Amino acid sequence: MLMFIAEILVALLIVIGSTFALIGSFGLVKLPDLVTRLHGPTKATTLGVGAVLIASMVYFTVLEGEFSFHELVITLFLFLTAPLTANIIAKAYMHRHIRHDSLPPTNRTEGWATYDPPGEEGPLVPTQKPVTEPPATPPAKA
Amino acid sequence: MNLHGRWLPHPLITLVLAGFWLLLMNEITVGGIVMGLFLGLVIPLYTSRFWPEAPAIHNLPRIIEYTLIVLWDIIVANVLVAWWILFWRVDRLKPSFMTVPLDIYSPEAITMLAGTITMTPGTVSCDLSADGRALLVHGLHTPDVEGTVADIKNRYERRLGEIFG
Repeated sequence: MLMFIAEILVALLIVIGSTFALIGSFGLVKLPDLVTRLHGPTKATTLGVGAVLIASMVYFTVLEGEFSFHELVITLFLFLTAPLTANIIAKAYMHRHIRHDSLPPTNRTEGWATYDPPGEEGPLVPTQKPVTEPPATPPAKA
Repeated sequence: MNLHGRWLPHPLITLVLAGFWLLLMNEITVGGIVMGLFLGLVIPLYTSRFWPEAPAIHNLPRIIEYTLIVLWDIIVANVLVAWWILFWRVDRLKPSFMTVPLDIYSPEAITMLAGTITMTPGTVSCDLSADGRALLVHGLHTPDVEGTVADIKNRYERRLGEIFG
């Protein structure tokens, strides 16, 4: 009985996973430009690959009788690399096709790092809160 | 220099590397644990110049809560984006760029936030302002830009601020 439930579960997960992978790839065809196309593979494929990997873990643990968990490493690497590739692709696209004045303002003294390299006044990312105190609440009148 | 700082500069990396080794081996044996701990001790020592300071991470329940929230959001994001791709006409989508001002300072926290934004509902983080105080985010369908920015700040940034301090 457990075998049967596990088989159904594995089959279901594989079908769900491959459906999402297919939809993600379909998004590449359907969406109009690169930044919107980025949304397809970064989302729809993570669940696709994730479901197939869970199916693999269930299959080897329950049906083959050997505990298997190194699929988690694939998931972890996928979650580490997907945002980075999306970010690099977006930056390359911005250089070639997007004028920096068509982007929303940073509301800071410096612009977006892709167009405006960081100034000389310090590290790119301040690692500590600024020492200057925020304007304190006005002292209570005596 | 105290013993802890000299021989175990990054206890967290040691644990993560040992766990990773066991995952790669795909079985839990005494030999695997010893080898994992050995690698976990040697690699941080060998690469310690690359990690001048360990990020302060505390609040373990918060980390678990954050992980669960993000996993749930990833599932929701997948279904939502799949729905848009399959059943919506392309011109019904309102893609736009938006600026997310940052209240967190630690580079690790900002990296986590950017990665989380990319993996969750219809948003991809594209760029950082040159002074590192604002994120440029692209949304696939954002009729309400202020609302989306407020969601990101409340749901993810506030929690990351509590985790990384």
